[in-house]
Amino acid sequence: MVSTAATQSNDLVSRSGLRYRKIRDRIIETLLLAAGLVAVFTTLAIVVILLTESSAFFEHVSLKDFLTDTMWTPLFADAHYGILPLVAGTLTTTIVALIVAVPVGTIIAIYLSEFASHRLRETVKPILELLGAVPTVVYGYFALTAVTPLLQKLMPELPGFNMLSAGLVIGLMIVPYVASVSEDAMRSVPRYMREGSYAMGATRLQTALRVVVPGAFSGLAAAFILGISRAVGETMVVAIAAGMQPNFTFDPREQAATITAYIVQVSLGDLPHGSIGYQSIFAAGLVLMLITLIFNVIGFSLTRKFREAY
Amino acid sequence: MAGLPTVPEYLNPDSIRTGLSRRKVLDQVFVIVGLVLMFACLGILAVLFMNLVLDGSERFGWDFFTNFPSRRAERAGILGAWVGTSLIMLVTAFCAVPVGVAAAIYLEEYAPKNWFTAIIEINVTNLAGVPSIVYGLLALGLFVYQFGLGQSIAAAGLTLALLILPIVIVATRESIRAVPKSIREAAYGLGATRWEVTKDHVLPYSTGGILTGMILGLSRAIGETAPIITIGALSFIAFLPSSPITSEFPFISFAWLKDPFTAMPIQMFNWVSRPDQAFQANAAAAGAILLGMTLLMNAVAIWIRYRFRKKINW
Repeated sequence: MVSTAATQSNDLVSRSGLRYRKIRDRIIETLLLAAGLVAVFTTLAIVVILLTESSAFFEHVSLKDFLTDTMWTPLFADAHYGILPLVAGTLTTTIVALIVAVPVGTIIAIYLSEFASHRLRETVKPILELLGAVPTVVYGYFALTAVTPLLQKLMPELPGFNMLSAGLVIGLMIVPYVASVSEDAMRSVPRYMREGSYAMGATRLQTALRVVVPGAFSGLAAAFILGISRAVGETMVVAIAAGMQPNFTFDPREQAATITAYIVQVSLGDLPHGSIGYQSIFAAGLVLMLITLIFNVIGFSLTRKFREAY
Repeated sequence: MAGLPTVPEYLNPDSIRTGLSRRKVLDQVFVIVGLVLMFACLGILAVLFMNLVLDGSERFGWDFFTNFPSRRAERAGILGAWVGTSLIMLVTAFCAVPVGVAAAIYLEEYAPKNWFTAIIEINVTNLAGVPSIVYGLLALGLFVYQFGLGQSIAAAGLTLALLILPIVIVATRESIRAVPKSIREAAYGLGATRWEVTKDHVLPYSTGGILTGMILGLSRAIGETAPIITIGALSFIAFLPSSPITSEFPFISFAWLKDPFTAMPIQMFNWVSRPDQAFQANAAAAGAILLGMTLLMNAVAIWIRYRFRKKINW
């Protein structure tokens, strides 16, 4: 008995055993690092692929046409390559979505964080998180088959495909998301700040609006930026409900294609690799990335500027 | 004799009282607005989901699962779609989980605090915010053409694996971080190496969180439509990928990895975008099944999290 235990511990502690374990640790560390680097390579690959394919696109299309032409018809005989109609479609649906999601999401978050009972909050929060997992193609179905007919009863001249319905549904879709992230931000405002405010005679609403919201501003900004990113990148809802016809307009009652809807439309067809149509979706993707990046930079600087340290 | 200084208006007890009652009314109003908005949102979504199930109910049945798509709505089914989705999820889980967990272990247990680690962390955060269709473009350029995988199940699985990698990493990191330092230090104190500490102590305690992250990631992947449309999923497929199990030695075949495919969300999208009203019922049925799958996966994840939280007492 004693001797087996002694040999075992000898094996573990002996110099060769220790060296083996150390070498094994080194190898494993390298493997783990390689896994971590996958994230870095993914980012690099996204940038490289978008840039190389787009640069092939810009060999045929001048940057000036791309940015100033108001027609986007890369697949027609009379091809125009102005990105503006797609950007307009993307911005319009995003704005409609935000008009719904920002106020509603913030109010729900304030209610949950400052007014709701513990039990209600613990019931509603998981439901909100669950709603974030619903496939977007399902929301697209809602927009086309439920929301558009409803809107057409109010506005009889509304076309079957329109940005309003798509935007409203995207808004509804990101409400749970904005509410959940904002609520987390407000909950992290320390308790003593609220108590100080109550001690001065402020009501709950005053405390919420004048102490908690400013205190959580950086978190709220982050929540809005995440919401904007999701609305800008949302694909299936707009592809299903907003139509796929590029249309240079900011009127949400019209139909128009967004950047993402255009990419889907081209991918559904069978374009040969290397054709101008194939390259155009990468140029569109690059613009999409740039828009997302701009919003994120704004968000990041807002977060920095208004960060409160406790 | 100078008179007492006059009391300013805002200290007048009457005006304080009216101000206070007005503010209390505002409080009540806000509570009502908050409740109404919250239940309106949840209510609208609940009605929409019920509508989906009702619209699709006429298609539910055994045939719906065992039929291929057809030009006649009432005979069209989702056989190719659910088989495709299952195989894609297999590839996705097989790639995303080991890499994601390994990356999380590296960041939590090994990584030194320096600029290099910061770059990896920033990348993980940023990748979570990249629109999913951009992953589709990446996969189209890289997997489909550069690696020559073609428009195959392997390409789709890899794409979705990259997409959910940040989710798996973040969830795993959180559960690793929840393991108290004292446990690691006790193991180090007995002479364990870093890997031994991780493998024998940290990982067993964080299994619950890792499983939760994995399921949440897969539930996200199962509904993703845009990236797999971008790499060129076919929406009309009347055949199955080759079988993973063969009758000859070695009995397992990987030929299906290279096969063209369709998936549940693609099939639904295809049916939604048809002008023929009869197909809307198919779309609704497919949507209800897809929704059921995601909700089920999320419920399992929540249950696992709850179970493991209850089991561990530090």
